[in-house]
Amino acid sequence: MRMSRTTLSLACAAGTLAMTLGAASSAQAEGKSLTLCWAAWDPANALVELDKDFTKQTGIEMKHEFVPWTSYADHFINLLNSRSSECDLIIGDSQWIGGAAENKWYVKLNDFFDKNKISMDTFLPATVVGYAEWPKNTPNYWGLPAMADAVGWTYRKDWFAKPELRAEFKAKYNRELEPPKTWDELLDVAKFFTGKEIDGKKVYGSYIFTERGSEGITMGVTNAMYNYGFDYMDPKQPYHMNGVVNSAGAAKGMDVYKELFKCCQPPGLTNAYMSEGLDAFKSGEVAMQMNWYAFFPGLAKDPNVGGDKIGFFKNPAGPAGDFTQLGGQGLSVVAASKNVDDALLYIKWFAQPEIQQKWTDLGGASASKAVLLSDAYKNSVPYAPSFVESMGMVKDFWAEPLYVPLLLDMQNRVHDYVVADKGTSQKALDALVKDWLKVFKQEGKDPS
Amino acid sequence: MSVNPSPRPFSEPSPLSRSLAAIVVVLYAVVSILPLAWIGATAFKSQEDAIAYPPKLIFKPTLEGFVDLFTVQTHQAPEFIAKLPPPQTWYEKIARDRDMVIAGPSRVVERFLNSLIIGFGSTILATFLGTLAAYAFSRFRVPMADDLLFFILSTRMMPPIAVAVPIYMMYRWLGLYDTRIGMILLYTAVNVSLAVWLLKGFIDEIPREYEEAALVDGYTRLQAFRKVVLPQAVTGIAATSIFCLIFSWNEYAFNLLLTSSAAQTMPPFIPFIIGEGGQNWPAVAAGTTLFLLPIVIFTIALRKHLLRGITFGAVRK
Amino acid sequence: MNGTNATRTLVDRRAMRTAAPAARAARGLSDRSIAWLFILPTMALLLAINIFPLIWAIRLSFTGFMANLPAPAGFIGIDNYVDILTDEDVWTNFQITAHFVFWTIALQVVIGLGLALLINHKFRGHSFWTTVILLPMMLSPAVVGNFWTLLFQPQIGPFNYLIGFFTGIAPSSFTMIGSVALAPWTIVLVNTWMWTPYVMLICLAGLRSIPDYIYEAAEVDRASPLRQFWSITLPMVLPFLMLSVLFQAIQSFVMFDMVNLLTSGGPGSTTELVSITLKRAAFEKWETGYASALAVILFVTIFGAANVYVRALNWVKQQ
Repeated sequence: MRMSRTTLSLACAAGTLAMTLGAASSAQAEGKSLTLCWAAWDPANALVELDKDFTKQTGIEMKHEFVPWTSYADHFINLLNSRSSECDLIIGDSQWIGGAAENKWYVKLNDFFDKNKISMDTFLPATVVGYAEWPKNTPNYWGLPAMADAVGWTYRKDWFAKPELRAEFKAKYNRELEPPKTWDELLDVAKFFTGKEIDGKKVYGSYIFTERGSEGITMGVTNAMYNYGFDYMDPKQPYHMNGVVNSAGAAKGMDVYKELFKCCQPPGLTNAYMSEGLDAFKSGEVAMQMNWYAFFPGLAKDPNVGGDKIGFFKNPAGPAGDFTQLGGQGLSVVAASKNVDDALLYIKWFAQPEIQQKWTDLGGASASKAVLLSDAYKNSVPYAPSFVESMGMVKDFWAEPLYVPLLLDMQNRVHDYVVADKGTSQKALDALVKDWLKVFKQEGKDPS
Repeated sequence: MSVNPSPRPFSEPSPLSRSLAAIVVVLYAVVSILPLAWIGATAFKSQEDAIAYPPKLIFKPTLEGFVDLFTVQTHQAPEFIAKLPPPQTWYEKIARDRDMVIAGPSRVVERFLNSLIIGFGSTILATFLGTLAAYAFSRFRVPMADDLLFFILSTRMMPPIAVAVPIYMMYRWLGLYDTRIGMILLYTAVNVSLAVWLLKGFIDEIPREYEEAALVDGYTRLQAFRKVVLPQAVTGIAATSIFCLIFSWNEYAFNLLLTSSAAQTMPPFIPFIIGEGGQNWPAVAAGTTLFLLPIVIFTIALRKHLLRGITFGAVRK
Repeated sequence: MNGTNATRTLVDRRAMRTAAPAARAARGLSDRSIAWLFILPTMALLLAINIFPLIWAIRLSFTGFMANLPAPAGFIGIDNYVDILTDEDVWTNFQITAHFVFWTIALQVVIGLGLALLINHKFRGHSFWTTVILLPMMLSPAVVGNFWTLLFQPQIGPFNYLIGFFTGIAPSSFTMIGSVALAPWTIVLVNTWMWTPYVMLICLAGLRSIPDYIYEAAEVDRASPLRQFWSITLPMVLPFLMLSVLFQAIQSFVMFDMVNLLTSGGPGSTTELVSITLKRAAFEKWETGYASALAVILFVTIFGAANVYVRALNWVKQQ
């Protein structure tokens, strides 16, 4: 019985300890530090390197919170919504701008920019509109363009150079085997490679985004749909979607994407986004890969498929357009942060031309004109020319405050048709228009 | 119809049927354990081996997966690495061999710690409350006892997702979102129903005579509870605690929806152990293996009580 | 050991009766107050964390509240319920859920009962192998769902490879998770793998509860083994079987963790169980009112079906 009392009191002590540990939320002693939040990928690691310079200059320690892409939006939008001060700075997705502005998640930066002579003209216009402005095309800035990104393509240059393949292709299609310039050419090349045996294994023509949960398949399909006639709304009638979203051209674009998926995607990749694409390309499984330019520095240096073996091309054009999906993020100050002044100091440091250059050199992607449009850049890395060209032809998804349901609806309808063979592309887009009308009604906008 | 003189009773199988039964059962057991074995093996594969096709059965074991699991690494050029001081520890060496430099501990350690803290915290609290309530239901005439007990059971019938919606709002309002104490309270509430039902069963089995004897001798009810009942209930309390711990350890939905980072446990985090520019299967497998190991140990330790535990004490051997 | 101690103390104490009145003078709390003191904390916690939110959810279900917008909830009556019950997609999800529940229960019953019958032969080492079989059901469903995605990878996973090895079908020609035809069966497969031990264990307990003399009596009556199975074994195991089916039915109906990580409801929405629909509506689209209505519908369905089932179970027990 004495034993039971001791065990009981031990148990109580352990329990109290556990609960105290639980109850004590982050009671870390704060020196001077800033927490920067972003997604977990190659460029984030480069940023960690870059930030060492900031710490050296100001003595402020930089802490980083990186979250995988699949939970990036969920996690941080939740955080911002609950006005947590866990992040001082955040590199938020371009789509969050609307919500951030209207819910005052970010600090508005106009005054700060004016006072510190930071001009938006020094950045590529597409990045200013995409990563900083809300409402769009008005001079209201909620972030500093931080990471310029767009969808691009990589291809196995060494395979394209094989004489026997070149001969075979020429005989079949009556033109040279080169990186495709249109989606029709893309389909031809992809079908050509699918099923061939190269270096001892069966290969497939292409890899495209098919991820269902967050944004993957939408970020992929738009690259086809934009160029066949899809748009979000009538440019002359804001929020008017019927006939624009579900035009015949838009449906054709979706069909083309589906064709590419069915013919030439490696098996099992029905819910795949960025990392699976990198895996497929690096393991020699595909001839061409769709992915974000953000990964191209790493791919170029890859021991297996980099160097001479890799080539890059911009998103192919279509009959109705020559666009590519905009990626990238802007750097913003979280309004609920407890260190707003220090955070602004970081922004000032980040905006400096030398830092912008160093950012690109380390593996990031500055949006600054001085960096991107320089001759030095054009010749520095093999993907530079197509990247600069891509950044000039970008189109972005909705950035409305309610962009999440808009995105989820599109994810749903597109995946159902492209991967799960449900209905037709026209039916899917008609349903999508209905979905989107419902969402806009909730937001209080009543489009016709 | 030819008559078999004395048909063997169903309860006494022949040696032949025994052997056949054994073969089938062992076969099923082996097949059923294969997936776990594969994951365990993958934890010790290198990244190339893990994504080899066709899948590799024989491979050279390495601890890469575990190193990737517990550290954050950055990809650097070989020239840069050549300039660094030589690696101090075995895990740094593993990273350097792949052109990576260790930048610090990963957030897996925090998640493991959270699993431990929230798991133990809620278990102790639930067992404590459960023991008290179970004793009361067992020994006293509680009005509406059956209804109350059924109510306690019915709280387990609610789909967690359904309850998560209002709890999310309640927690946001109370400031309990993404806090460990919030998760401990929630898990305690879920576990206490299991604890009450299990412990009532255990306590029911303790003869009342001992307490009554103690009461006769002038012990108060509380003293009788502490000195007579509790020691005899230790096995039951231990078994119940482990079941509660298993639930808290395994729980996913609530933790996914009600935390973001500070109070996040392993289950929501494991799928997102992402490697450098690709899915790092050895690291995910390593995390999975380490996470499942305690459960395997508990299952073996608890095997005599499993039946009672999974049926909330409704069925006892 | 405790028993003898208590008796010894009893005897000693009885011998020292004269000292007792002093001890009795120390009054403890009355039984009734102890009972309430012991039960109240549990009840309070359950009320706070289970009942109060449920009531709040019911209230929310009649509003158009969206948790990510600052606007307060507006009363919209039964609009949410009407929306849900007239939405074709929601009915499809219920169908998918029903398909899942039905098939996984069916398989679990057949395999679980079968295994229990075999294990009841009590061959050598049977308790060891039983413990091995029991492992899958103790694991975290989320972690299970996650690692099965690796096992089902067409190129690098062992599942397709083994199927190809035994049947000659090319491993990369089919995908368990990504194909519209196979995905619903994939979730049945993984769930069955996980929970068959549950049914098996309970049936085993049922089998062991059948006293030998009943069989011996049947032997005297020259009943064949098959006859014994039908008229003795099956009826006596049935209540146990039905209990395990009840637990498993509720569990698979609300299954979220495993399927969310295995297929995310895909491809498209071919494995989108109702719980996943609910999660998406509540925590991705933030249609809190709508989601609460769906939650209430789910709960009522489960509660109602369970009630009916338990009545049937009690009826069977009485037979």
